[in-house]
Amino acid sequence: MKGLIVERAGPLALVQDGGRFGVRHLGVTQGGAADWVSLGWANWLLGNAPQTPGVEITVGGLVLYAETSATLALTGADLGATLDDAPLPPGTRFTISAGQRLAFESPRTGLRAYLAFPGGLDAMPVLGSVASTVRESLGGLDGQGRVLDEGDCLTWAGTTGAERTLPSSMGTLPGDGERVMLALVSGAQIADFSGTSVFEAFNTPWQVDQRADRMGVRLTGPELRYLGEGMVSEGIPLGAVQVPADGQPIVLLNDRQTIGGYPRLGALTPLACARLAQCQPDTEVWLTPVAARQARDAHLRQLACWR
Amino acid sequence: MNDPSIETVGMDSLIVRLFDSIDEEHMPWMLAADHALREAFGEALIDLVPSYTTLLVHYDIQRLDLQAARARVSEALKGLTPATSGEGQRHVIPVWYDVSVGPELERIAERLGVSHEDVIARHCARDYSVFALGFAPGYAFMGRLDDELATPRLKTPRQQVAAGSVAIAERQTAVYPTLSPGGWNIIGRTPVALFGRDREGYSLFRPGDKVRFEAISREAFIEQGGDSTPLAERGDTPTEAQT
Repeated sequence: MKGLIVERAGPLALVQDGGRFGVRHLGVTQGGAADWVSLGWANWLLGNAPQTPGVEITVGGLVLYAETSATLALTGADLGATLDDAPLPPGTRFTISAGQRLAFESPRTGLRAYLAFPGGLDAMPVLGSVASTVRESLGGLDGQGRVLDEGDCLTWAGTTGAERTLPSSMGTLPGDGERVMLALVSGAQIADFSGTSVFEAFNTPWQVDQRADRMGVRLTGPELRYLGEGMVSEGIPLGAVQVPADGQPIVLLNDRQTIGGYPRLGALTPLACARLAQCQPDTEVWLTPVAARQARDAHLRQLACWR
Repeated sequence: MNDPSIETVGMDSLIVRLFDSIDEEHMPWMLAADHALREAFGEALIDLVPSYTTLLVHYDIQRLDLQAARARVSEALKGLTPATSGEGQRHVIPVWYDVSVGPELERIAERLGVSHEDVIARHCARDYSVFALGFAPGYAFMGRLDDELATPRLKTPRQQVAAGSVAIAERQTAVYPTLSPGGWNIIGRTPVALFGRDREGYSLFRPGDKVRFEAISREAFIEQGGDSTPLAERGDTPTEAQT
């Protein structure tokens, strides 16, 4: 079957959908698009359901050769994408003709770009999802969790919906000079941190560290002090802000382990996780407390955009 | 059981805390709570993650708000009675205990001043309870271990631990389902597959199950499909995903 051939894979291009649910009690991680909002918009541009399988391109380096013509959508980070050398900005639905090349260079803004396909990328769901988790050997094109590799062929079976244009200001990328505010639903062990630490958590800027991947993103800043007792491991939600002994928080993302024993301040909202997933190392971010109800309202508004 | 507390841990997640400490006696309560919560949430449940003393409830915010979710938890736990002990499954797991596939067998025997056989006999002498699954698909945390066998984690975790490796850390024991990094002490290897996408329910072990290990010979291990490749030496660099 004809499709898009991976000519160069780059460091990390993964098949992703909304994630793997209903199996976390077996130790299986959630997975799914780290910036699920951008995947949602890419699919929306083609008339697909928001979390239909697509490709998550981290940092760039991917080159695809079209064996056949297709209408695709690209959202998320600006990774310097080109279509046969013509710049292709993110946030667009575009047509690639047979014989053309779609290439991603390196990050201009953001970290992760999303490519959506008519009706969704063909991949066999494993445990209910095509989300690729390399560490668990689950998902992806072959079901074994492999990253995209040279020679892989991306195919799809559906058709494209009516032309759509993205509304303005919908993205997860911060505007120029805009502070990155990450909404956090406080809870878990927050009461067992020192008062100073809780104040500092929400009133000082945090730097996104180099040590960041789909499991978690380390933040550096003031040392947070936990005064409580040692914990027994417990289930960890998406966005959990855990604080190990060095006092530097780690925000746990899609590929996190399912249980863990570090004290937590609470959890970033899924929307905030999507924004954090687009932050390059050294980006300054702020944690801002939000009530669970407000967080839910914002989340439901996002989902309503795609109806 | 303590009076359960219901704690907010995120936009769409609650922790239900039943106990403060790890104890096999808690497992029938944990199983009962797992069952009751699944029933109470039904379609509104996205994931339920039990772990030793708590259950993480991840619910669908399109169906429930925080108040409604809390109400369902309270309702579910009302009049909870512990599951009958027969509810978990019993497993006998064959293990080839040998220093080539379980290098820390030597270290533990040396520390106790006993033979390898003695360490093996102690590891096989009791039923272990599965407290929780985590770290990797199908990875079961089991205990309690014989006090004397309790051993701290390796200072430098291995980058690669073979699938089937039988391990000890502190007062717990576990089997690595797949090749992964790991910091536990390895004492043997089982030919039994613990996790598979074609297995019904995917994971052999479930919380509340009872597991007993049984020593087998190298010949029996190979006959049952075991891979006798010696375990790689300890890695130099600690990796992030480790336990």
